[in-house]
Amino acid sequence: MTNPKPLKIAIASGKGGTGKTTLSTNLAAFIAEQDEVVLVDLDVEEPNSGLFFNGILTHEEDIFKMIPQWDESKCTLCGICPKVCNYHAVIQLGPTILVFPELCHSCYACSELCPVDALPMIPKKTGTLRDFQIEKLHFVESHLDIGEEQAVPLISKTKKYVARKYSHVSITIFDSPPGTSCLVMEATKDADFVILVTEPTPFGLHDLSLAVETMRALKKPFGVVVNRYGIGNDEVIHYCREENISILSKIPNKRKIAELYSSGKLMYRDFPEVKHSLSDILDYCITAVRGGIA
Amino acid sequence: MKIAFTSEGTSWDSLIDPRFGRTENIVLFDEESKELTAVDNSAVKNDAHGAGTATAQKIFELKPDVLITGNGPGENAAKALKHIKMRIFVDANDLTVQQAYNNYKSGNLREV
Ligand code: SF4
Ligand code: SF4
Repeated sequence: MTNPKPLKIAIASGKGGTGKTTLSTNLAAFIAEQDEVVLVDLDVEEPNSGLFFNGILTHEEDIFKMIPQWDESKCTLCGICPKVCNYHAVIQLGPTILVFPELCHSCYACSELCPVDALPMIPKKTGTLRDFQIEKLHFVESHLDIGEEQAVPLISKTKKYVARKYSHVSITIFDSPPGTSCLVMEATKDADFVILVTEPTPFGLHDLSLAVETMRALKKPFGVVVNRYGIGNDEVIHYCREENISILSKIPNKRKIAELYSSGKLMYRDFPEVKHSLSDILDYCITAVRGGIA
Repeated sequence: MKIAFTSEGTSWDSLIDPRFGRTENIVLFDEESKELTAVDNSAVKNDAHGAGTATAQKIFELKPDVLITGNGPGENAAKALKHIKMRIFVDANDLTVQQAYNNYKSGNLREV
């Protein structure tokens, strides 16, 4: 099957524990029954999609980010670099310039604005990327090194790897980090469609409305999947209706589903209704992005 | 001796701010001139990143001989503070600046 345009779907949620990873893994496995698919775990601080698969490791590489390295012999102590760093990753303590690699966003500002080239950029390891294959499913995950505080460069490098290696694959699913931080923006910014996963509870609604604001700020097409439908109340449903947000699917709350999830198993095969939901979700995304030409 | 405190306010009665990087103010007491001054740190507090290193930079510029704070600096800030010749006392949580100063004088604060 050749598709007109590869489809990039990001799955996000306002907070952790809403079943975002369950949806990502099940959707990927469901697609892989017929087509080649890539699932990318961008929750690099706590990747866990991998728990669901026993794949063959096909590739592993260290990921580097660029950081400035102070060249004391060239530095004139002009004081520019600490002023231009928005992240306080380089500071000046009298005659010493200190660089904090874990805080650095690799923006190059200090390096480029240093008048005497005393801050050349050098690579520093920030995490490890692993690529697994389970039949038609490719699973890519990156792990941020301990102590490293900046996940954005690793997320961005992971996406580049996927774009390079899997440009021929028609569907890629990005499991985004939870929250509404700059990490989510980085993870979702070049997706064609974003699925926001939520639960029908007051907390779920609160986090969903924040996530909706983020998506609107990014001008992303998005829709909502309500997980554990049946618990809590109907406020999430009302909210979506008022805000004109499409609900792609409501996945029923069943104890058995929760059990299978916590045991790290794919559950859609055992639940026709879940399989049905996945199929609806996929159709919706394809139609929304390709305008029904798929 | 110049003593710096991380503080929620700007006076002797203000509480110690337990946070180092995100402290509201840095209060300075000059034992010679008996002068108490305060430096606003709220701009740093609202930064998403690198509050610890930014505050360390500020402390450096104020050149105190002693720093009194609560929870103690985080990893990056601690690395920066190593470059500053200054004694650091922690665990002054829930004390006012005055009480913290008294405790420091009587040797009742933990030094790191
Ligand atoms: S590269 Fe950018 S983020 Fe990194 S230290 Fe320089 S100015 Fe700061
Ligand atoms: S900008 Fe360059 S010369 Fe100026 S203080 Fe920083 S490293 Fe030194």
